[in-house]
Amino acid sequence: MTPFTDLTGQAVSLPVANVDTDQIIPARFLRKPRSDGYNHFLFHDAKLEQPDFPLNHTAPAILVTGANFGCGSSREGAVYALVDAGIRCVIASSFGDIFAGNARKNGLLALVLPEAQVARIHAMLPGTVTIDLPAQRLHLPDQSVIAFEIDPFQKRCLVEGLDEIGSTLTHQADIAAFRRKDEAARPWATPA
Amino acid sequence: MQLPRTMFDKIWSSHAILEGADGATLLWIDRHFVHEGSFHGFGILRQSGRDVARPDLTFGVADHYVPSTPGPIADAEVAGMLAQLRANAQAAGMDLLDRADPRQGIVHVAGPEQGLTLPGLTIVCGDSHTSTHGAFGALGFGIGASEVAHVLATQTLWQRRPKTMRITVDGTLSPHVVGKDLILAIIARIGTAGATGHVIEYAGPAIRALGMEARMTICNMSIEAGARAGMIAPDDTTFAWLRCRPRAPRDFDAAITAWRDLPTDDGAAFDTEIHLHADDIAPMVTWGTSPEAALPITGIVPESSDYMGLDAGTTLNGLPIDRVFIGSCTNGRLSDLRAAAAILRGHAALVPGLVVPGSMAVKREAEAEGLDRVFTDAGLVWGEPGCSMCVGMNGDLVAPGERCAATSNRNFPGRQGPGARTHLMSPAMAAAAARFGRLVDIRTLA
Repeated sequence: MTPFTDLTGQAVSLPVANVDTDQIIPARFLRKPRSDGYNHFLFHDAKLEQPDFPLNHTAPAILVTGANFGCGSSREGAVYALVDAGIRCVIASSFGDIFAGNARKNGLLALVLPEAQVARIHAMLPGTVTIDLPAQRLHLPDQSVIAFEIDPFQKRCLVEGLDEIGSTLTHQADIAAFRRKDEAARPWATPA
Repeated sequence: MQLPRTMFDKIWSSHAILEGADGATLLWIDRHFVHEGSFHGFGILRQSGRDVARPDLTFGVADHYVPSTPGPIADAEVAGMLAQLRANAQAAGMDLLDRADPRQGIVHVAGPEQGLTLPGLTIVCGDSHTSTHGAFGALGFGIGASEVAHVLATQTLWQRRPKTMRITVDGTLSPHVVGKDLILAIIARIGTAGATGHVIEYAGPAIRALGMEARMTICNMSIEAGARAGMIAPDDTTFAWLRCRPRAPRDFDAAITAWRDLPTDDGAAFDTEIHLHADDIAPMVTWGTSPEAALPITGIVPESSDYMGLDAGTTLNGLPIDRVFIGSCTNGRLSDLRAAAAILRGHAALVPGLVVPGSMAVKREAEAEGLDRVFTDAGLVWGEPGCSMCVGMNGDLVAPGERCAATSNRNFPGRQGPGARTHLMSPAMAAAAARFGRLVDIRTLA
């Protein structure tokens, strides 16, 4: 995974709440191989149905959107579509839990800011935004700089571009020790 | 003395292998279900040069792309999705509930039927409705493709501990009001992000009174309230349902003894508590494009929606519909089909529709009772088990602009096909909509 440290890019506003993953990528595209790229599937139907849909006119690196972005289905294809279309950061006041996990695994920064700050940023867009993830600072189009909070685990995964499987496998001894005790404690948990 | 703990706390701590420095926990995973869509996860695993660590705890199920018609598959891409799952299962040496296997079904219907879902387990699947399995007192949650790959490679998962929410439902559900109405009422009350970051435990007399199938319907739609998972404490209803299932523990009574320790201790604290009265709940219908946009059937559309083709002030009761879909991991079980058939028996449907049992077992039992003939005599199509028109991946789509009364779980724009207009409701309400060609308050039917 490509490490995420800092990013400067065009930010656009999609001021809609509860954008679900069926809208981000309709189900019929999920059968496509990732190797061909998922960029064409991003908001496929919304782009067709709404001529003024923001992403019809611009290919931003940063999407600023409404609360509960990425709710619904667990499809990681939603993150593939965003990343393959060049979006490296989505800013919202909240995210669907599974989407946020999928984002972390693919170098996409799902950045949570307080509702009032998100509203203030919407009003400045489109514009250029710089994200300094190690310093946890956001440089906004009006030249102001705001600090943000981020889960330390999410930050480490992004900044290090962590190979999570490889890192977990360094704990093999702990996993094996856990299993020895667990199998004795919960014999019923093994499928008959 | 140990502090009182929630059921979630007990399951979490019994699966915690270690704590990372940055607050994430490495959890042991007892069951991993994979389906056709999990090919992305297998792809990531292959790229990393690793193998499936525990094929004995990994179970393949063909459901998302399975056609609802028998015979050869016309769509080469759909056929390819099933072939790919078969190849991945074979290479890994894992069990597969393949198309036409007598055990096959939607993963959240077939898994419990096989006794693979048990109290106290951690259960994951690359599908958000894995929350269904919490109906048995398990911790079940949906994961993305990268996490699928991680579980395949390690049988573990890094998770940050979620918050806990208890939803207590007092009183008794009224006649014709079922689990689907209760969960839609809960989502309407707390919102589609109301439980984000939380695991919900459903409790109270109205929950205790429910059978396993209604409990599964409720836990299934926890994700529609944003929850990571939904759970209901196991009790004698749970144990009676699970006993004698093919993969349930051989020493079942010893297992019951262990499971009796799972329920939340008296005095255990939840981060959030919600209370509802079952008696206040009416048959529910969604009017918008989010499951939180749900109202009693007597309700009035509160705001206009271009996508749904509805003006503010429209009365839901009597709204003409074009099609019905009865099935899905939410409402594709035997009791759901019985409730729908009871409304349709001896009547012709005024609109076309598709009825899809949730599994081969459900199909066999429904056919033994003659339910299939009730539906086909009414003019509806009786399909082969799978996800079908809930998500349309197998080609079962609602046409653009068509209004569909559906027993599934999502009314998102495009969910049942581009431009499809979905109204979510219970199986009996969907059957009544088929019979009258419009939304009907089933409480008014004699």
